[in-house]
Amino acid sequence: MIPAAFDYVRAESADEAIALLTEHGDEAKLLAGGHSLLPLMKLRLASPTVLIDVGRLEDLRFIRDAGDHIAIGALTRHRDLETSDLLGEAAPLLQHAAGHVGDPQVRHRGTIGGSLAHADPASDLPAVVLALGGTLVANGPNGEREIAIGDFYTGFLESALEPDELLTEIRIPKLTTLGWSFQKFNRRAQDWAIVGVAAVRAEEGSGVGLVNMGSTPLYAAGVVEALNSGADAASAADRAVEGTEAQHDNNATVEYREHLARVLVRRALEESGLA
Amino acid sequence: MKITMTVNGVQHSDEVEPRTLLAYHLRDALGLTGTNIGCDTSSCGACTIHVDGESVKSCTMLAVQADGSTVTTIEGLANGDTLHPMQRCFQENHGLQCGYCTPGMVMAAVSLLEENPDPTEREVRLGLEGNLCRCTGYHNIVQSVLACAAENNGGAA
Repeated sequence: MIPAAFDYVRAESADEAIALLTEHGDEAKLLAGGHSLLPLMKLRLASPTVLIDVGRLEDLRFIRDAGDHIAIGALTRHRDLETSDLLGEAAPLLQHAAGHVGDPQVRHRGTIGGSLAHADPASDLPAVVLALGGTLVANGPNGEREIAIGDFYTGFLESALEPDELLTEIRIPKLTTLGWSFQKFNRRAQDWAIVGVAAVRAEEGSGVGLVNMGSTPLYAAGVVEALNSGADAASAADRAVEGTEAQHDNNATVEYREHLARVLVRRALEESGLA
Repeated sequence: MKITMTVNGVQHSDEVEPRTLLAYHLRDALGLTGTNIGCDTSSCGACTIHVDGESVKSCTMLAVQADGSTVTTIEGLANGDTLHPMQRCFQENHGLQCGYCTPGMVMAAVSLLEENPDPTEREVRLGLEGNLCRCTGYHNIVQSVLACAAENNGGAA
């Protein structure tokens, strides 16, 4: 399978990438690791006329302690996350989940920024960053702005990024973690989750994100509200499908997905230490 | 677009269309047909090669993305007539039947041991989760990789 023809430009800096986005507008797509975009292009579900390759912006590949948060460059690869001691210390849920994206070959190429910006409800990392309450940093012609992860997902494969903006950094608050869990239910080892759950319990509060339970990555607000009122794992998990719009596909019916969401949320809360 | 890459120790400069996938470039332009294309959807891992020392699925990477990189394919592992230890361990442990997945399996296994020189059986199975085999049931593949790791670590195979 060969993608439709396109023009290829390699950006040597973030500023150059933004200038190229400004010049080409909606016709252009950013290429990072390519492990979400290229499969879509091979199936001709996406046919951008210009690809702007940001994959070599090494200055956007970092994991740094920034005081009250961990700063992660958008071009940081899943393998970098998976093997980061700093992340293991400060955000073990993200470190662990990054090691369950795709397979080793995918994790050598795929990036956290690409995964978040692609806005696929079936991706693992958006739900994790939702659970952790992360903040995304976007750069455009008018400078830099912060977008709370809760405001980032606007529709199926759509985000709050403007066509001329580049996601540059992900900020993960440093929590005093009491427990965490990542539950990924799939049929084959490397598959997308049929349903997934990312949960964290911290002194600052709890967060729960859902994979593949609607047209966007979702925050399980009902579950978190129940936890904040002192509910146990089973009764909090009963609220797992509030606000979801699970889809029917080859892998699962809506009812089955909803069942999985309740079971996986309960398991996640139990694994993160809640009775 | 003109790209230059070092493949199995030899530098190649070629004009490619930007949409050319690395797997097709290696097979069609450079004649390195040891890299198989199975599913062509980044699931099966038959097209696994190394780019700058790490395993990647070459059906899901553009040739232009590998511009300036060092690439190793299955043809680049052996030293003349002497098989790479991983190739030999696959042979000695009957780690293949039809052979279609084998180049990708071997490349993934070599990358795995570079990152984790002394894996448990479970770590080998997880490390090869990106490679599908429809013949062996994986048992002998896992044995091959464990044997190679043991040999590298000075133990008995």
